[in-house]
Parts: sequence; C-alpha cells; structure tokens
Amino acid sequence: MRRAFLAGVTALALGLPTVAVAQEPIRIGILVALEGAFAEGGRDGIRGIEMALRSVNNQIAGRRLETVIAPTDTRPDTAVRQARKLIEQDRVDFIIGPLSGSEGIAIRDHAKTQPDKTFINGASGALETTWVDPAPNFFRFHTHGLQWGAGLGEYVVRTKGWRRIATVAADYSFGHTNFMGFAIDFCRAGGDIVRRFWVPLGAADYGAVIAQLPDDVDAIYLGLGGTDAINFLNQYAQAGSKMNFIGGTIMADQTVLTSRGRAREALIGTPTSGMISDENPDPAWQAFVRRYRESYPEGQRFPSPTIFATAYHISTMAALEGLKAVNGDLSGGQRAFQAALARLELDTPLGKIRLDETRQAIGPVFVNEVAQRPDGSLYNRMVKRVDNVSQTLGLPVAEFRALGMPGRDTPDCARLRRR
Amino acid sequence: MAVAARTRSTLAATGRAAADPGIEAPWFARIPTGVWLVGAVLLTMPAYANNFVLFQVFGWSFILGIIALSLMFLAGYGGMVSLIQMTVAGLAGYMVAILGPSGTEQISLGLSWWIYLPVALAVATLFGTLVGTLAVRTEGIYTIMITLAIASAFFYFTRQNYTIFNGYNGFTLVRPPDLFGVDWRQPVPFYYLSLACAALCYAAVVYVARAPFGLALQGIRDNARRMAALGYNVTAHRILAYGFASVLAAVGGVLLVWQNGQIAPGTAGIPAVIDILVIAVVGGLRRPIGPFIGALIYVVLSSFAPDILTAFGLEPDRFKLIVGLGFLAAVFFSPDGVLGLWDRWQARRARRPDPLTGKVP
Repeated sequence: MRRAFLAGVTALALGLPTVAVAQEPIRIGILVALEGAFAEGGRDGIRGIEMALRSVNNQIAGRRLETVIAPTDTRPDTAVRQARKLIEQDRVDFIIGPLSGSEGIAIRDHAKTQPDKTFINGASGALETTWVDPAPNFFRFHTHGLQWGAGLGEYVVRTKGWRRIATVAADYSFGHTNFMGFAIDFCRAGGDIVRRFWVPLGAADYGAVIAQLPDDVDAIYLGLGGTDAINFLNQYAQAGSKMNFIGGTIMADQTVLTSRGRAREALIGTPTSGMISDENPDPAWQAFVRRYRESYPEGQRFPSPTIFATAYHISTMAALEGLKAVNGDLSGGQRAFQAALARLELDTPLGKIRLDETRQAIGPVFVNEVAQRPDGSLYNRMVKRVDNVSQTLGLPVAEFRALGMPGRDTPDCARLRRR
Repeated sequence: MAVAARTRSTLAATGRAAADPGIEAPWFARIPTGVWLVGAVLLTMPAYANNFVLFQVFGWSFILGIIALSLMFLAGYGGMVSLIQMTVAGLAGYMVAILGPSGTEQISLGLSWWIYLPVALAVATLFGTLVGTLAVRTEGIYTIMITLAIASAFFYFTRQNYTIFNGYNGFTLVRPPDLFGVDWRQPVPFYYLSLACAALCYAAVVYVARAPFGLALQGIRDNARRMAALGYNVTAHRILAYGFASVLAAVGGVLLVWQNGQIAPGTAGIPAVIDILVIAVVGGLRRPIGPFIGALIYVVLSSFAPDILTAFGLEPDRFKLIVGLGFLAAVFFSPDGVLGLWDRWQARRARRPDPLTGKVP
C-alpha cells in the first residue's frame, strides 16, 4: 500500500503521464528521521502523514498533493541540508518536519532565511524552537516537551500526596525541558524537590546515583527513556530498594513497558504525562486509532499510534486546513497561507488545538498511570486530562521568562512555591 | 589498516610531474590541459548550475574535500591514518561560534572576525598538533585507536558541557562576516569562497609534498629508521605534519560552520569522523585530488540516494545503504580509490601495442 503510494508520487515527480489534473500540484516536503535512534518513530510519522493525505484523497481545491520525503539522521546539520535540498532542488511549496528537538531549533533558524516558504513542525519538541526568537513562518501544532509535564505535578501532590521528591533525569535539552514542565507544576502545587541528579544520555551505570538517592522522600522523578530507563530500573531493583516513581514523558512508553525482565514491574502505579494517552476514551482519538489499525496490517505498525504518528498527522491536518482556507493559493510569498495557519482552530484526535502568538500549540496534555492487565502486561491508564495547556503553563509571559531557560538548576522550586 | 600499507608507494610516484626534465618552460605552461579545463569549468559553474548544486553539492564537497585532504596528507605522505581531522575541524567551527556572534548569546562572545578567525585557526591547529604529539609515538592501528578515542572523547565532552560548548544544542545562527559588503552565505559568493579555499589548500599540499619537508616526510613514511640514521628528526617531522594537516582541517571546519549556519556535537561525532575516512579512501590516498573526488561522490550519493531509491519504487528509509554499497564497491574494485582505477586504466592504455609497428612500448 505504502509502496504503491510512494511509487505514485515518484511517477508524478518524474513527470510520467498520470490522471489529468486541473492545476499544478502542491508539493509538500517531509523532513523525517529515518536513520538513528528515532528511525522507527520516523516511519510511524510517515504513516501519520499518509493517513491525513488519504483522508482528502491527496487533493485540495482541485490541486493534487505530492510529497517528497527527505530522510534525516536526527543531526541538525543533516536536517538543514535536507531542508535546503527540498526547497532548492525539489522545489517544494512547504515543509512538514523535523522530528527531533535539536533539528527543530536548526530548522527554525533556517526558516528565517526562507521567509517565502512555510515550515510546519513534524514532531520535534524543544521549547526553544517557538520560545526563543521564533521564526514568523514556523508553526507547531502539537504541544512541546515542557507542556508535556503539565498536570503531572499537581496530580502527584493532590491525588498521590507526594510532596518531597528527588529527581533523576537525562542531562540534555529534552531531559531539562521535560523536567522543568513537571517541576513548575509540582512546585506551584506545593511540592519540594530535595535533590536533583543529572545523568548523561546513554549512561550504563547508575550505581553511584542510586547509592546517593535519599530515603526520606515520598517519590523519585525519573526523566529517562528507552534503554536508559530499563537500565536504571534493573539496577534499582538489584539494589533492593523500593520507592514510588514519577515518570517523565518517555519513561513509560511502549519500549519500556514491553521490555523483558522484572524491572518494569517496579513501574506499576507510576504516573507519567505526555502528548497522548493510548487509552484515551475520546471518540476522536478512538476513531484515529481504529483508522491507524485498519490502514496498516499488524507487524507493519505499532499496536497504537505513537506520538510521532500523532504529531505528524496533526501537522499535516493543519497544513491541509490551511490550504483549504486559502483555496490552495500559495502565491504572494505564502503570506495568506501563513496567516490562515496562525488563525486555525484545529479539531484533532487529541482535542481542540489553536496557536499562540509565537505559533506554538495550545492544546491538551494527558496524565497516565502504569497499570497491569490481567494477563500481566503493562499499559498506561489515563487518569487525567488537562486542556488548553499553553507554552508558559498558564504563567504570565514575563514571570515564565524570569524562571530562566531549561537547565540543571531551573526552575527554582522554593520561589515557585512561595507564590 | 591496509590503507596505510598500500600508500607506501615510492617517492617517484608522487613526484612524477616534478621529475619531468625538459627545458625550463614558464610555470603556467607546465600545468596540464586537464587542470586548465577543470579550473575553467569550476570558475564558470555559477553560469549553468542552480543554487542547490553550487551551495550544497559543490560547497559541501569542497569543505569535506579540504578536511579529507588533511587526512590524505597525513596518510598518503606521512603513513599515519589519523581520525582526529574531523574533530580538529569541529573545534575550529566551535571556536568560530563561541568567539564570534551566534544565536546562543549567553555564551558567544561576539568578537569581530579578525579576532575570532585567527584564534579559531590557531586553537584548532594547536589541538591537532597536541594530538599528533601523542599519536606519533604509535604506529598503524594504534594511531587509529588513539585518534579515534580522542575524537569520541571530544564528541561526548561537547555533548555534556553546557558552559562552553552549550551541550546537546550547540550553536545556531552562526553567519560568516559581511566582508566587502558581500553576504558570503549566498550560494554564489559561498561557492567561490569554498572554491578558493579548496584551491589554496590543494596548492599548499602539492607544494609541501615537493618541498624538502614533504620529501623528508615521504622518506620517513617509507623507511623511518633509515631517515633517522641520515640525521632527520623523525618525530619532529611527523608532529609538524600533524600541525600542517590541522591548519587544513581548521580551514574546512570554519567553512563548515558557516555553511551549516550552526554547529552541534553531531557535527564532529563518530559517524562524521568515519565519513571523512571513507571520503579519503574512496577518492584515493595517493594524490591530493583524491579527497575532492571522494567528497564529490559522497555528497552526490548522500544527497540523491533517497531519490534513487524512490525512483526504483523502494522506500527512502534505506538511503544509507546506497552510500555504504558505493563505498564497498569502491574499496572492492579499487583498494586505492577512484584515482587507482584511473591510474590502472592509463597504465593499460600505455601497454597497448602500437597499431602501426605492433611493438609493445
């Protein structure tokens, strides 16, 4: 199916005779990581795009939609190179992508050199992309790493009653940003962070950190992901300790929950938060999951759409709605198209999404809790939904700016608690 | 590594043009026609190539070619396969971003170009020379190991260090200075800038290879003990070779950060380090033109591999496969790179019997 789709696109790109079209096609460039750690996620992102394009029959206002895929390897240099190729060589009208945080920041700056083209973020979740010196032609229709922490802090304080915590998180931009989102919420709700540990990405040995973890806390926040998360849990279990955990957005995703060994069982009851919830009962989400499962045979997809499929899907939906609003007209430096995108109120599988003045999404965030099915497998049970989460988590802009940029020492918990 | 052994050709192979006796013709008349032709095509390129080809394909080829040239100089003339060259380039790029203006204002000092440019080149050269000082005490595979170890250490250091290198995010919005009222990041000016730098570096390597220092270096490559017996300071020559190669790599690094407009740890990560080795090996380590040929092949393959795949109805996910297969094919059919293929074709033609006399020359 997908191969046929791509072949069709190629046939069009090569100018082979196809069905007569009324007008010149609209060319969409897709920046997506197909190499490196996020390759599987990137493939799922393409599925999300295909589903959105198929829903309009690859056509808007009588103009056919063509896609050109530019694979990246999550390095920002590659992303910029591929963006340049898409615009200068493949002559695309606008770009959907990229996938990872540092790529997004690089593309934001590249977008400034191409004011007459439009860039719609794929799935990259860095705060800086839309918060620091944003590009007027760069749009992000999904929530980012800092927003994904929203709701979790309040949930653990109010519902779980955990007020004193220590944190262990990955020492890179996403780790800092995702932690900061949680911490703002947690400290404002009256929580206290007694100790922060930062571990390098891909570290194998957590012994030193585990030995230093304080015992007199209610829970430990874990901002790790993938193999780092599995390694930590294994070593923590071997150390013979037992503690409540709070998970960052990638702490309890499918890779960790489906890992082998008993370590993952330590996660049962761990609350996490993020852009999506697998078990979201919202009919729009359920319909999206059903369509995803029907469109791709088992084995060629994940059990349910990942954040990458969802984010790329929403981004493509936004592009299609924007095109509809201007009737496929991309002339005049795409100003009308960009203005239409900025005004959109999008009904997505996640709920209503609109943009703020930095062209960053204001949308829902979900709090989940790891639970066990009768057959022993683990899943994320949705426990809370927070709507209209803004980039500043509801803080006034000046106050949010005063907190500082994500880093090892931000935010200052005591100051937030005093408010 | 086999590469180093195979490059141990005789002195005569590299000094061929210089060995041509003949009466003193003016220097420009001694330049072969092919060089004039290539030069003319390259100089007039903006007339018939689009911006993408100028900036991305050729601009990037020249930059990678310069960095690979520094490896070719060490490996081809010095017999030392150093994997530190990309790191030296990366450090020069980082220095430009840290000392000059960039989007990361809390770290970048924003000095003017006439300060940051020489300092960046000097720091990178010093670093490369220091690594060389360590590495020259080793041979063969150990040189590769120690340089690779330092290259990985640099990568992880830049990724973890936020106070100087800004960790994972690196630096964005690094732009070349507006000298002489020209925006050097526009495709045509950048094309000529990188072309000029590449030509200068190429000429420098050609010159140094024939200068007494270069000849002594090649002597050391072929028989270090004999050169030592003749009174040459082997270690000093090797360290100096690292120093010279580091200057080249640093120039490439400065151009690279200007072209990308940003630098991050991945710029000098392990895959990038290996890419430089691949480029030098595919092009050929025997002559300084090799790295540029290798770089052009690498850039064309990595830019258009997804299109090739989709044209055959395959998914573009496997674009690295094409690059890898190209590399395998090059190494399999010609261990001394594309240049080796050309040399062998020339040699076969020369051996063909004369059609008139039937004699084999």
